[in-house]
Amino acid sequence: MALRQPPLAASHEAGGAKRTEFGGWEMPVEFDSIRVEHEAVRESVGRFDVSHMGQVLVGGPDAGRLTDRLVTNDVGALGAGESCYAAVTDDVGVMLDDTIVYRLPADWPHEGEYLVVPNAGHDAETADRWRRFCDEWGLEATVTNATEQFGMVALQGPDAEDLLAGESDADLAALGRSEAVVAGVAGVDALVARTGYTGEPGFELVVPWDATGSVWDVVACQPCGLGARDTLRLEMGFLLSGQDFHPEENPRNPFEAGIDFAVALDTEFVGRDALAGVDAEGPAERLRGVELIDRGVPRAGYPVTTPDGDPLGTVTSGTMSPTFERGIGLAYLPAGLEPGTNVRVEIRDEPKKARTTTTPFIDT
Amino acid sequence: MNFDVPEDLRYLDTHEWVRVTDGTARIGISDFAQDELGDVVFVDLPEEGEQLAAGDDFGVVESIKAVSDIYTPVSGTVSAVNDAVEGEPELLNDDPYGDGWLVEVELADESELDALLSPDEYADQTA
Repeated sequence: MALRQPPLAASHEAGGAKRTEFGGWEMPVEFDSIRVEHEAVRESVGRFDVSHMGQVLVGGPDAGRLTDRLVTNDVGALGAGESCYAAVTDDVGVMLDDTIVYRLPADWPHEGEYLVVPNAGHDAETADRWRRFCDEWGLEATVTNATEQFGMVALQGPDAEDLLAGESDADLAALGRSEAVVAGVAGVDALVARTGYTGEPGFELVVPWDATGSVWDVVACQPCGLGARDTLRLEMGFLLSGQDFHPEENPRNPFEAGIDFAVALDTEFVGRDALAGVDAEGPAERLRGVELIDRGVPRAGYPVTTPDGDPLGTVTSGTMSPTFERGIGLAYLPAGLEPGTNVRVEIRDEPKKARTTTTPFIDT
Repeated sequence: MNFDVPEDLRYLDTHEWVRVTDGTARIGISDFAQDELGDVVFVDLPEEGEQLAAGDDFGVVESIKAVSDIYTPVSGTVSAVNDAVEGEPELLNDDPYGDGWLVEVELADESELDALLSPDEYADQTA
């Protein structure tokens, strides 16, 4: 099957970016070096093409009710121009995906009142799910999979605001965390949101597909690929859908995955009753940070054991942290295991010394 | 992109190079290999005295994004290990044919070299 191409595909190819398949898309993984790109975002600013993220627009009188009942967080509490992080769960509380839900500003010039941003390759199933439940519940809403109508550029790092302020008429000083406005960037109307997935201050810009190139060009700074996006999110302990949880291969609920803050049990949503039960009993396992003491890099699938070799869990994501120059990873471990516990990560059959930690690994 | 393929070396299709001096074979990974891997962050090498057979994987090179086995182009006994790359794995990126070498092997059978790729053949493979 042909891979989906972002609007900047030709520019990435001309720029010599290494590319990889991700969620059915061919995306840049590395422009210069993961270390250089990672440091740019932590110390100054970097730009990412994140057009592989899904864009599902929901409009009509019941758009808010429908969306609220399909994600774990309190969408009903969002004012226009606000967003929240949430999980999409099934009726037993297993996470299907995680997402950002925006209630669009009143002057959003396109269709839709809510924008749901699922992960790469989850756009069609998300739109289908919204339509199916809309019918089942007899609600009145229109659902549009607009993933290939909009590009998305993330501008992340301590200098992101200064850079964007020079290229946009948005009142960035007035834009709070997780808030979004419609503003001109490179002469086009963009949704400018103070959101991101790196742990640094920054913005995500949703722009019409054909204008993605001009927006990308005016926010000129270090281009960054999926490689740096992964090391940056891992230092924050942020989840990667399909890797840190997967409905079939590693079914997990939001409490196990450590995103309790995104579960509003006082709202009505698919999976709510099951999750209220998990909340009452407490999950048996929780996603924890694992930090290598010995030299080595934890990778997905590596076993985590006690110092005596008794199994505790399995690494779901891992890397060499460019910030700490130390191996870090995430693993579901028994909930009673305290942070700071000495464990072992088996790397190619050799137990390496490690300790459990809370996340984020990094202070931002 | 053009990768450096020194004329005085022989190559494996898995991107290792070998340089033979007075019966000793020095082994490393190619410029193409280090570029494909990206930032090298960890190198795991055998001990001196270990016996290797041509084609064996004898260690691991890890970049931030990937783990890659390394294969020996020739058979013999490991006579030297480049300790510098264990502390500074970025040497593989900075100087793959020089300071970023991995191990030296006392060559058991010089005729094995005939089976390896010439610089031209290897350059064609990575073009």
